[in-house]
Amino acid sequence: MKNLKTVVLSNQEISPGYFRMRILAPDYTKISKPGQFVMFRVQRSMPPLLRRPFGIFRTGFMPADCETMPPKEFVEIIYKVVGSGTEIMQGLQQGAQVELLGPLGRGFEAGDPAEEKILVGGGIGLVPLYMLAESLVEKSQVRLLMGGRTRDDIITVTEFERLGVETYVSTEDGSLGEQGLVTKVLETRLAQKPKATIFACGPMPMLEAVHHICQAHKIPLQVSLEALMACGVGACLGCVVKGAGHTEENPSYLCTCKTGPVFKSHLIDWGKAVAKEKTETGGCK
Amino acid sequence: MIKRREKVARPDLSVEVCGIKMKNPVMPASGTFGYGEEYAPYLDLNNLGAIVTKGLSLNPKAGNPTPRICETVSGMLNAIGLQNVGIDVFLKHKMPFLESFNAPVIVNFFGNTLEEYAEVAARLDAIPGVAGLEMNISCPNVKHGGIVFGTDPQSATDVISAVRKRTKKPVIVKLTPNVTDIRVMAKAAEDAGADALSLINTITGMSVDIRKRKPRLANTIGGLSGPAIRPIAVRLTHQVVQAVKIPVIGIGGIACAEDALEFLIVGATAVQVGTANFVDPTAMEKIVSGLEDFCIEQGIADIKELIGTLEV
Repeated sequence: MKNLKTVVLSNQEISPGYFRMRILAPDYTKISKPGQFVMFRVQRSMPPLLRRPFGIFRTGFMPADCETMPPKEFVEIIYKVVGSGTEIMQGLQQGAQVELLGPLGRGFEAGDPAEEKILVGGGIGLVPLYMLAESLVEKSQVRLLMGGRTRDDIITVTEFERLGVETYVSTEDGSLGEQGLVTKVLETRLAQKPKATIFACGPMPMLEAVHHICQAHKIPLQVSLEALMACGVGACLGCVVKGAGHTEENPSYLCTCKTGPVFKSHLIDWGKAVAKEKTETGGCK
Repeated sequence: MIKRREKVARPDLSVEVCGIKMKNPVMPASGTFGYGEEYAPYLDLNNLGAIVTKGLSLNPKAGNPTPRICETVSGMLNAIGLQNVGIDVFLKHKMPFLESFNAPVIVNFFGNTLEEYAEVAARLDAIPGVAGLEMNISCPNVKHGGIVFGTDPQSATDVISAVRKRTKKPVIVKLTPNVTDIRVMAKAAEDAGADALSLINTITGMSVDIRKRKPRLANTIGGLSGPAIRPIAVRLTHQVVQAVKIPVIGIGGIACAEDALEFLIVGATAVQVGTANFVDPTAMEKIVSGLEDFCIEQGIADIKELIGTLEV
């Protein structure tokens, strides 16, 4: 966990409304785990007041500006422009001064390598699954089921393919891949009764549906959740979700930033799980 | 004209609030710093004037439904619902960690009834590592129609007196700004035996999602904090300082040393930093070094010389 004053290395639109930002981040290749996130301060002045949580897409090295310098270590986030914070972000240029707190939270658990790994991503929810795929492909068979409303929401799939992940794309309007919800594709895959572990990130209704499908097939599921956050370190308690067994008389709230953002799905109360809010996050926080 | 003196090598930043000695006047505001451990990876708790815990109650409290927070212009609304682990778990599992630092520990607490306040105060009184108690009186009294203790002088007097009887430790009463005249409450608290006052707690506010036509917080109403409330907090601190003899801790939207200095100049002995911790976990350390720089720049050898020097 580090609190960095750093700079933007690049910031490009990769699909209408979706941006990929690369940020200088020493040590991140060593300290980041799949499923973790960062709290990103868009600029050093206000607005906005609060940092924004973003799932880590990947980390890596890029060549320095001149040969004599060591390579630059970076973290990449992908975000969708949905509010005032991300609107400022899309205008940030190379060299813009930003702050980065992280990596934060508990990430995914890989599980038994002999099992097939099925990753289910919905729109921007794909983000935290990339590093997970990177870590899984060496030992396991990995499939990605990627869903979106339209073709613009299908991002970075070719990068998963380059890792050796078998990908299945679906869109609600049929503009790319199979027409329909990603959960339909998941049902088809599970009909073949694979011995598998499932990892999912996306909008709450999708995660809820994936949870019920996995329950029916008795397949373990890990979900990465998204929530409004102020601190990202477990102090403000603003980002909680209802835990399994939650009742009004006996409430149970789990901190998304600290206990999560990745949870085993049976630990979440899917009844009226969380506010189905559109939050300003890239990936699942 | 500010008279400049010779260069001060290292100004004395230490202050004393009702017997609690602090190496500087900067401490976290309750509820924005967890139980200290959450922020320990990012800043050295030894560098703080004091550590103020999240608000504790007799029994654990689960808190409010979500959404609990939303950002507003230069501020945020929250309705966390005082979620906390309860006094027993705190003393067993959180207090030992806090005691490992050399900053005094101030435990913030609250209750649903007068008896609960008194009981928590009695338990804290027995703990040697607790330097002081900060009473959050912005809670409804469930036995008296839910009237907020801190908005009614008689209720405040009763609950503070009850706490006063159960502890010899310094009692800091945290005032709510959601009253017509805060000086009335400040005097009531002083008369009931408060050793110091801290203010302000959040200002009640509300925000609406215009497309859903729903409040942006599940609780509908929340507490506004952050830089947006600072001028209000400075004004209220100024008024309270005039009205009472006991020391005052200023709180409200402090994000940098300049902000903290406004409170000190109007007469606060120390300050608490809240929302700024979320924005920058090292905010308090930066404020301390900023205070030091200001004293050096102004030729002030002891920050206490600055307290209450407002010229009107």
